[in-house]
Amino acid sequence: MVADTSTQPNKPSIGDYLKNNIREYGLLVALVVIMLFFQFVTNGVLFRPVNITNLVLQNSFIVIMALGMLLIIVAGHIDLSVGSIVAFIGAISAIMLVKWGLPAIVVIPACLIVGGIMGAAQGYWVAYQKIPSFIVTLAGMLVFRGLTYVVLGGRPIGPFPKEFQLLSTGFVPDFLSLSDPATSLIKNYVALFAVLALVAYAIYAGFRNRRINEQHGTENEPFIFFAIQMAVIAVVALFIGFQLSTYRGLPNVLIAMAVLIALYTFITTRSTIGRRIYAMGGNVKAAKLSGINTERLTFYTFINMGVLAALAGMIITARLNSATPKAGVGFELDVIAACFIGGASASGGVGKITGAVIGAFIMGVMNNGMSIMGIGIDYQQLIKGLVLLAAVFFDVYNKNKG
Amino acid sequence: MDNIILEMRGITKTFPGVKALDNVSFKVREGEIHALVGENGAGKSTLMKVLSGVYPAGTYEGEIHYDGEARRFSTISDSEDLGIIIIHQELALVPLLSIAENIFLGNEIATNGVIHWPQTFARTQELLKKVGLSEPPATLITDIGVGKQQLVEIAKALSKKVRLLILDEPTASLNENDSDALLKLLMEFRTQGMTSIIISHKLNEIRKVADQITILRDGGTVETLDCQTEDVGEDRIIKGMVGRAMEDRYPPREPKIGETLLEVKNWNVFHQHHRDRQFLHDVNFTVRAGEVVGIAGLMGAGRTETAMSIFGKSWGHKITGDVLMRGKSVDVSTIPRAIDAGLAYVTEDRKQLGLVLINNIKENTTLSNLKAVASNGVIDDRREVKVASDYRSKLRIRSHSIYQETVNLSGGNQQKVVLSKWLFTNPEVLILDEPTRGIDIGAKYEIYTIINQLAAEGKGILMISSEMPELLGTCDRIYVMNEGRIVAELSKAEASQESIMRAIMRSGEKH
Repeated sequence: MVADTSTQPNKPSIGDYLKNNIREYGLLVALVVIMLFFQFVTNGVLFRPVNITNLVLQNSFIVIMALGMLLIIVAGHIDLSVGSIVAFIGAISAIMLVKWGLPAIVVIPACLIVGGIMGAAQGYWVAYQKIPSFIVTLAGMLVFRGLTYVVLGGRPIGPFPKEFQLLSTGFVPDFLSLSDPATSLIKNYVALFAVLALVAYAIYAGFRNRRINEQHGTENEPFIFFAIQMAVIAVVALFIGFQLSTYRGLPNVLIAMAVLIALYTFITTRSTIGRRIYAMGGNVKAAKLSGINTERLTFYTFINMGVLAALAGMIITARLNSATPKAGVGFELDVIAACFIGGASASGGVGKITGAVIGAFIMGVMNNGMSIMGIGIDYQQLIKGLVLLAAVFFDVYNKNKG
Repeated sequence: MDNIILEMRGITKTFPGVKALDNVSFKVREGEIHALVGENGAGKSTLMKVLSGVYPAGTYEGEIHYDGEARRFSTISDSEDLGIIIIHQELALVPLLSIAENIFLGNEIATNGVIHWPQTFARTQELLKKVGLSEPPATLITDIGVGKQQLVEIAKALSKKVRLLILDEPTASLNENDSDALLKLLMEFRTQGMTSIIISHKLNEIRKVADQITILRDGGTVETLDCQTEDVGEDRIIKGMVGRAMEDRYPPREPKIGETLLEVKNWNVFHQHHRDRQFLHDVNFTVRAGEVVGIAGLMGAGRTETAMSIFGKSWGHKITGDVLMRGKSVDVSTIPRAIDAGLAYVTEDRKQLGLVLINNIKENTTLSNLKAVASNGVIDDRREVKVASDYRSKLRIRSHSIYQETVNLSGGNQQKVVLSKWLFTNPEVLILDEPTRGIDIGAKYEIYTIINQLAAEGKGILMISSEMPELLGTCDRIYVMNEGRIVAELSKAEASQESIMRAIMRSGEKH
């Protein structure tokens, strides 16, 4: 009960810091361990350039949707309809591109808008009519899946024009061309330099941030953790960058994903809208009485989810080069699982973008690794389910202990 | 009378980093009402949890002797089997089940899992009669008031053959009539030989019913006072609780009253849920700069509803009437607009409505005025840290840093965080709804000091409180409400507990 009313926050000890942040470091460690494990049991196939490229392409849409889903979950809701939105957007993009012959430059924004409208159509009932999101989006899931069948008439449509396919299968071209790709190990210098520059910037920004924090007496994580974290991220990023540069370079999707991750990290940690979503998820009544327009905020998070699901839908459709009525079945569960593995709380108010992204990659690496090992889809599901349960149990266990 | 039913000896209970109880001794005589008092955090509830087996034997040091034998309870049902029943502050009733179902929940009158309803209802009726309730046993809990719910809890305890009844702040959310009924019931049980332990902050009630008073402070026993051998006054109890005499519970103030800030005219509001029932009738009042205005009244008089309906129409519907600030009509139809008009509302329920408990002090402090620490929608972390740190030191919020989650703060410090949040919106008029409910005496004094400072800065304060001494000690003017109407306006000179009660009673006769 000794009062400490000094304005300078106390420096936490390293042990305390680890205890308080065990979830985040644990997640990163888990991802690295899972990667190394599959690298070992697949005899090095996992980290082959082709496979890394595949990993990125296969998981990009889960990651992109996890960004929106995290906001939904933090706001205290859930969205079960994203798999069906993916299918519907695939269908209408096929109609517009293949049947009507519209250019991709028109179709892509049109699809994003339609996704936003689909999100709004559900957000309205959740935000303004106070119907539980589970029910509204369960209805949406059925309605949008049904619409997909109606639009496609039950048959797949394809193939897609080249410029639309670039959305998922395109790579950033190597305009540097420092060596002849036929003979040299490095086939894409742009990828290598881009990753190098990014890592250098990340380290610079990390140090700058610490310095500024120190000047203002804000909490800093202990240097040892900062250093180890930076080192792990740098090594992994550089390794992946190098591997990619020996193949076809950076996939367009990777760039889009990186930009979106950065954007949503910024929104959740630095913006007023992000702060308000966390407050609303933590205590909606208190947030409302604090002058926050909680209805509008909920409405926006659903629109945002719809737009991201539409983007993911186009990426998948372009990758499969065909719009099918069965596209995206069960995606909502992978996306939601990614958020919960990443430490989001089912009761709202808690969760981080980085957590959801790492959660998505944990799922992705497991999918990919188990497929390489030849484990059947039946056991894959079983193992993923257990991992989800274990991750959430780890959260609850930590909370009860602390 | 001097038969000791319960003796706890040398109880020490440690939580990680905190010694919640330190060598506490506690003796209860059979057939008495024993009051357990102390500031928040003094260890009262922890001691009762040790006694009832919520903290199982082995997690604490010391001995419990009950009925002459040493006991080691490892679960709550162990202590319940011996007739020790605890009724917690947060009632453990299921709102959508009936009274009968609640009373026999987990203890159903059944054969092979099939409930015997006629017997259940008959037993319930018997038990309800004992606690003075006449509700049909099939009534849902949600349809009866808090006071009656409290009595249902007691009926539930009686169904378990209670010998030692423990009540944790039983009257905290009851109005005076219900409190009196409850205390009378306890005294009646005493004549039947039942023993009760009552934890309470309301010293006048304790004086009324207690045979002995044990005072805890900072996890240790201070003393046990015997009300039969000496006359124990409130000041005597307070001295024991805070470790010092508190001559003046209310800090002195020189009111400097200026122009009228807030004026509410002909305010009529219909009930939030029962939509055809008018709840507030022609409410009129004013608050002037530098003035502390109180609203007195019983529970359900419409005080909180008045405040919330003015603050962004966050309660009620079909709201009509005018709100004027400095003589000009203002729009208070949404909460953001009410804030812009210069109003702030500190809710009576800081945990459910005031704070985002899982967020830290900093995040709660700036929540209502985020744009003041942001540019273009981006929060300036350093500006925000500075604001939060300033309020933390100005309001003396005890915490290890502004990054501490508010769920881990004591009630008084939580209230200061809520105040910080509203002060940061720079309001002209603050509506404080039960600002000192459930916080200890030392922290209350600090809250009063803050109120005085705000008034001295020229802000208008509208204070709603169920504790009449608090209103009398802090307010320059007091409105009395009853049944949705303002029934009296009393100046500081006119106001007294008697004049307030008289106003309430007289208005009741008229309707």
